[in-house]
Amino acid sequence: MASEKKQVAMTGNEAVANAIRQINPDVMAAYPITPQTDIVQFYSTFAANGLVDTQMVTVESEHSAMSATVGASAAGSRAMTATSSQGLALMHEILHIASGFRLPIAMPVVNRAVSAPINIHCDHSDTMAALTTGWIQLYGESAQEAYDNMIQAVKIAEDPRVRLPVMVCYDGFITSHAVENLVLVPDDAVKAFVGEYKSEYGLFDFEKPITFGPLVLPDYFSELKAQQSDAMLAAKEVILEVAEEYEKISGRKYGYFEAYKLDDAERVIVVLSSAAGTTKAVVDELRAAGEKVGLLKPRVLRPFPAEELVKALSGAKVVAVMDRAETFSTQGGQLFAEIRSAFYEASKKPLIKNYIFGLGGRDTTTSDIRKVYEELKKDQERGSVDRKVTHLDVRV
Amino acid sequence: MASLKELSAIPEVLAPGHRLCAGCGAPIVVRQITRAAQGPLVVTNATGCLEVSTTVYPYTSWNTPWIHNAFENAAATASGVEAAYQALKRRGKLDKDVKFVVFGGDGGTYDIGFQSLSGAMERNHNLVYVCYDNGAYMNTGIQRSSATPKGADTTTSPVGKLSYGKRENRKDLTLIMAAHNIPYAAQVSPAHWNDLYQKAEKAFAAGGAAFINALAPCPRGWRHDSKDTIAICRLAVDTCFWPLYEVVEGKTRVTYKPREKKPVTEFLKAQGRFRHLFQPGNEAILEEIQKEVDRRWEELLALEEISNRQGETA
Repeated sequence: MASEKKQVAMTGNEAVANAIRQINPDVMAAYPITPQTDIVQFYSTFAANGLVDTQMVTVESEHSAMSATVGASAAGSRAMTATSSQGLALMHEILHIASGFRLPIAMPVVNRAVSAPINIHCDHSDTMAALTTGWIQLYGESAQEAYDNMIQAVKIAEDPRVRLPVMVCYDGFITSHAVENLVLVPDDAVKAFVGEYKSEYGLFDFEKPITFGPLVLPDYFSELKAQQSDAMLAAKEVILEVAEEYEKISGRKYGYFEAYKLDDAERVIVVLSSAAGTTKAVVDELRAAGEKVGLLKPRVLRPFPAEELVKALSGAKVVAVMDRAETFSTQGGQLFAEIRSAFYEASKKPLIKNYIFGLGGRDTTTSDIRKVYEELKKDQERGSVDRKVTHLDVRV
Repeated sequence: MASLKELSAIPEVLAPGHRLCAGCGAPIVVRQITRAAQGPLVVTNATGCLEVSTTVYPYTSWNTPWIHNAFENAAATASGVEAAYQALKRRGKLDKDVKFVVFGGDGGTYDIGFQSLSGAMERNHNLVYVCYDNGAYMNTGIQRSSATPKGADTTTSPVGKLSYGKRENRKDLTLIMAAHNIPYAAQVSPAHWNDLYQKAEKAFAAGGAAFINALAPCPRGWRHDSKDTIAICRLAVDTCFWPLYEVVEGKTRVTYKPREKKPVTEFLKAQGRFRHLFQPGNEAILEEIQKEVDRRWEELLALEEISNRQGETA
């Protein structure tokens, strides 16, 4: 079925804007920020030409973008916005409120470094700082994956077992602005896939008026947070169900992560998003030379699929977790900390080390990745890692 | 114009039994304004006294759909709610005519919510934003805001050996909102219920963004007896500290002119927060306050005069 579909050339942002066009949400709050701006530009053009009939709210900040989206979603409409970097940081307060209200908002986040120093290029410091906001996080390597994740995000978020907001993350400029070939799902198939949104609780029910956002004191607060956590756990199952359903209309498979030549791999890199593409090229090259190397590219960071990751990596001898963001804990990046922690109970543990790479859009090339695999080989031979945390390709 | 008897027969959206203080101006403002909506109404509330005192989970005092998002974003939140209404209506998923009102205190409106409010007004959402102005952050314990009058003793502008209270004049938010050239902006006082109700009706009928600044005494922060709330509101108007006026499509109209303009000290001396100003040595401060009240009143009358002249030439 997939082979019959026509390939189109689009940037990641254009692809995601088209996914939103196909979803045609009720409300879209629009505010510019590099490298996200294209999405709201494309979408405004769709609206100006009648390709969608979404109510646009051209807000005066990202804080208001998320606030208006929360208002629109609480009112019972399907509401969206999009952002990057400083914009996500400015929204931060309301991210917690969106998830605390259990609102099914799907939002593209085009990853960009958070200032200072100010920088418009890719790293993951924006979304890593949002890991504790109660949002589901999906990461995509390419324009195709960003597009596919965007459509699936709506269905995951709106599932009654979940009712949580979802961030659809992909790399600024590298993915958002580079033109790639991809295949779109036909408009009517997307429309049928996401269906009509019917909220169970909305602000326009005057027979049973709802109070949204009351003051909750210690007598109830913990229960509500525990329910939110349960919903996040339920999302694990729903993410796979939605992926399975999406495969039927797209022919493309999705899970918690992509395992690339991982089965018998002894030396493994774990890396998110576009850098996984570069890593695949190196894996192919090293495999051709008989090296047992592989890649694991996480797609879902919230909920964190700890057991599945441990299982997938348990055959490895040495694992390099690559983080595209600092945590300043001095103990490595966030992904590293979580994967390493996930292995705590495991009887069989690989050596695990961390590389911080690609900050502020620093290119990570095949020679950088080759160097990581070479270092992993030395670690394997030595039986220990040389350094727990390394800043890759940094002048000293 | 409805009579008081007729008004009191309109079903209320704010139920009794809420936890606001006796004599608080906020619920009086809420009850008077919401009556004018005359039909389905969605309320958005900024964080503040009104919000915390009316929605202690699992209870609510609101008989109508109500949303509180955060402190600084009530106007943006209401923008989203109103946008959802437009979308659902257009798509045939909602057939009711719904009105939208936002309540925020002066902290949530003049200060932290200023940008969000300005944005919502500029976008001309069909909603009525009501600031209940009690002139300080009362919910957190009486801290000065940009609405706090000069000379007021607050916990962050305390009176001391080197301080006579707040040094700065208050921001004129109503005129700033009028400068957004929205369909309707007005200033009201609960003591003049008739004037207030008529303005609320106009605001709901404006067909776009409307702003109402409502004086709302806080017995705790202003330090007056709870029984004196309405009397102090009247003094605020009669001294021209709080003029009643409206700006409709850019035209200013003063809706109440006191027959005899009382000195501002009449308003000030009724409240403990200004008591220190009447100690010897603070005469100059009182004079400055009076001058500023006079200047603003004259300015308002001049704006009305300009509007009248424009009306004649049109």
